[in-house]
Amino acid sequence: MNWESWSAFWHMGGYALYVWGSVGGCVVLLALEVLWARRQREQTLEWLRAEQAAAHGGDGA
Amino acid sequence: MRRIPWTHYAAPQTFYGLAGVWWPPLAGLALALALAGMWVGFMVAPTDAQQGEGYRIIFVHVPASWMSMIIYLAMAFWGVVCLVFRARLAGMLSQALAPTGALFAFLSLWTGALWGKPMWGAWWVWDARLTSELILFFLYIGFIALTSAIEDPRRADRAGALVAIVGAVNVPIIYFSVKWWNTLHQGASVSLTRAPSMAQTMLWGMLLMALACWAYTVAMVLYRTRSLILQRERHTDWVAQLPECQPGVRA
Repeated sequence: MNWESWSAFWHMGGYALYVWGSVGGCVVLLALEVLWARRQREQTLEWLRAEQAAAHGGDGA
Repeated sequence: MRRIPWTHYAAPQTFYGLAGVWWPPLAGLALALALAGMWVGFMVAPTDAQQGEGYRIIFVHVPASWMSMIIYLAMAFWGVVCLVFRARLAGMLSQALAPTGALFAFLSLWTGALWGKPMWGAWWVWDARLTSELILFFLYIGFIALTSAIEDPRRADRAGALVAIVGAVNVPIIYFSVKWWNTLHQGASVSLTRAPSMAQTMLWGMLLMALACWAYTVAMVLYRTRSLILQRERHTDWVAQLPECQPGVRA
């Protein structure tokens, strides 16, 4: 194990801003992409359901 | 040898089902590999003799940069398939790949800036490696802008395929830039022709992260292609009959 304590781990030998800025940027942007892709699918499905409801003359429930 | 029925799998209806089966385990695999890679990279791999702990940016920077190049080549490959075989699925795969490629290209630049500042003293230099990667990012943005500006999906596919194929020339330029020009950027991290220049555990951490990025990309592309298929095939019977498309159903 490399680290004597959690604070040493977060300090990253003085490179905290650069190392955690890199890791954090990756985590945040990948998470946003996942959320965006899910939203895209939900919106597509909602749109298709609305089209179907309209085609069948139903109330769309 | 048994012939693989490509045209069967390339049918949007078949692919929609297959992609639905495959993306969840791939997403799980990506998460497991990323956790393992981060563990090896931050807990097992030793401190670097020259760069101290700052070198650990490598575990996100190199995989992101590799992926940004591989995804563009994949888009060019599907571009060729789209133009030559007129395969509908190929265009959708290209469009599903582009946002993830743009994301990795951006992350490559972002993590590179955060690495460059402490080691070179600059966030950015107009170096061959950095500039060609920036061009790659712009190519992704151009591809996305162009394909979303054209209404007719088949024409959008063909225009996108051209951008992907022509732009692919940039990928070997990025890769070999550190050899062809005198650059500030360090040489290749991993090479098949010489022994690894880094500790075994560093190499393992990087490879695990690279595999995580692969699994993530495939899962994301399958997921996004499913949405594109639904949009493009919305007037077909099979889409109308999907359980998730029934009015009143919550997916």
